[in-house]
Amino acid sequence: MTGPTTSTTYARAIGSALATAMRADPSVVVLGEDVSVGGPFTVTTGLAEEFGVGRVLDTPISEAAICGVAIGAAQSGLRPVLEIMYVDFLTLALDQLVNQAAKARFMSGGQLGVPMVLRTQGGAGQRGAAQHSQSLESWLCHVPGLKVVMPSRAVDAAGLLASAIADPDPVVVVENKILYPRREQVPEVVEPVPIGVAATLRPGRDVTVLAMSRMVSESLAAADRLAAEGIEVEVVDPRTLVPLDLPAVLDSVRRTHHLVVAHEAVVHGGFGAEIAATVHKAAFDDLDAPVERIGAPFQPIPLSPGLEDAYLPDAASVVAAVRRVLGR
Amino acid sequence: MDAEQTRAVLATMWRIRAFEERVGQLKRADEVHGLIHLSIGQEGVAAAVCGQLRTDDAVYSGHRAHGHALAKGAPMTRALAELMGRRDGLCRGMGGSMHLVDVEHGFLGATGVVGGNIPLALGTALALHAAGRDAVAVVFFGDGAVQAGLFAESVNLAALWRLPVLLVCENNGFAEFSPRSAHTPVERVRDVVAPYGLVGGTVDGNDVDAVWAAVAGLLPAVRAGEGPALLECLTHRLRGHYEGDPDRYREAVSSAEWRERDPIARLQRAATGDGRLDPDELPGFERTARDQVERAVLAARESPFPDAALAASLAYRR
Repeated sequence: MTGPTTSTTYARAIGSALATAMRADPSVVVLGEDVSVGGPFTVTTGLAEEFGVGRVLDTPISEAAICGVAIGAAQSGLRPVLEIMYVDFLTLALDQLVNQAAKARFMSGGQLGVPMVLRTQGGAGQRGAAQHSQSLESWLCHVPGLKVVMPSRAVDAAGLLASAIADPDPVVVVENKILYPRREQVPEVVEPVPIGVAATLRPGRDVTVLAMSRMVSESLAAADRLAAEGIEVEVVDPRTLVPLDLPAVLDSVRRTHHLVVAHEAVVHGGFGAEIAATVHKAAFDDLDAPVERIGAPFQPIPLSPGLEDAYLPDAASVVAAVRRVLGR
Repeated sequence: MDAEQTRAVLATMWRIRAFEERVGQLKRADEVHGLIHLSIGQEGVAAAVCGQLRTDDAVYSGHRAHGHALAKGAPMTRALAELMGRRDGLCRGMGGSMHLVDVEHGFLGATGVVGGNIPLALGTALALHAAGRDAVAVVFFGDGAVQAGLFAESVNLAALWRLPVLLVCENNGFAEFSPRSAHTPVERVRDVVAPYGLVGGTVDGNDVDAVWAAVAGLLPAVRAGEGPALLECLTHRLRGHYEGDPDRYREAVSSAEWRERDPIARLQRAATGDGRLDPDELPGFERTARDQVERAVLAARESPFPDAALAASLAYRR
């Protein structure tokens, strides 16, 4: 990071990126439930005051219809940024997202385009229990026609959102509720972060940890602990899941010969499986051990505090996985 | 409808009828592909609604969409080529019958998921309104879509935001293989939307003059931004749900009864009866349409099939 920086939160950085995009392009509109008052996480606070309720549209609790409205509007000249309050509620809008948005360009032979952004957030850690805490990004990654980004830092949340809004195709931005209030230094002027480009957040020669969203900070903490015992961990954040920056992943793995993939989602059928399979195929001879995957167990998320804490992968899970993959 | 409007609408209806009868044959010959849902018997709604729209008005349709696409101006050869999966089809062979799109003529598309098109039309209406244009969005759907959650969500939102959208329900009394009464106790769609204050009503969809008059009455207010409207058109599809449907769930309509109900025959009787059209000019509409369809068949057959590289390049903008 070069140039002057300022202290902000992940939530504020996203809100600022929305405001910047709305100032630059009058076709950018924000819609969703309670967006004019900021929503439960205050991300959109202040937008209605600056841009008016004609561009910051509160909607009924009708996830399917408002997703369709965003798609239709995107097909007809607007650049809508739709907020689905919890990724758990994206289930209600999946028909529109999967059957309409993702396929419009293809099925029309390239006549239609859907330059929309769907912002949502996932993750556990707030005692939200099984319907307000899920990590469902792997479903989205399975659908050709969608792009999926999952920022772990304020600077990436803002920079990726700017790129998503400018993108000609539908982009789903999966934010994280635990990250929203985190305070970070970001540049005073945030540059767009290109979609499909990973970031190496810590160099290391012994093992690559490819971490997503909240697991990035957990992996950086794990790397600190492991450094004390002489294990050098390289932490790579893909930032975008679709399209995945596979060259960056392979470049790191070919240097460290060990890979741990860390996400909060259930391991079973998670996006880590796709990465592990791809890396095994592309870099089999470079690996000194099978790829390790970290995530949640195959069960819904419990309410009870001790159970939720135990359910969630954390820095200790990363440390344990690194030891496993290194055989130490 | 005056004489000129009647001629234009009748020509459109015959175009749709001739196209779809030929498509039915081509389906049996395995020349068109996929699920084919014909609207034979319902052409009057498409022709009377689209006949009053501008090119910059947007139309969405469902899986029974050929008539709406043709009535909005989609070229017949490219529509047929699309059904055949050819490279020169409207969608380059990627979409087919249930996913026809012709952006140039304001046909933003058919969709194969029942009810899935309704919120899209709202979004287009929102964009048209935001751009300060007086164009409208129109969405055609069947009575089966009314029982989908998206319908209720969309009607509420359209009314709440007073969007310039005309909802056109083609109530043919059958949702796929079941009569409407098997799916809902509410017989008339206008009663479903009554609490939302939408203007509109129910007309005999096979009485083309009535559909035309109803649309003419509703469209100016929608265009002026006074809010959405819903027109329920009671109609009848002569064919099964899709081509190949054994259609054992409905009583066959006798040919005498069909002559009574057929929207083309009805319009021809009405228009010759009141002197709008001369009986001598009637055969020309059918002949012209069938000739055009045969030319379209020959031209569409000339188009090659698309290659895999094209399919691989279309999911995202390159």
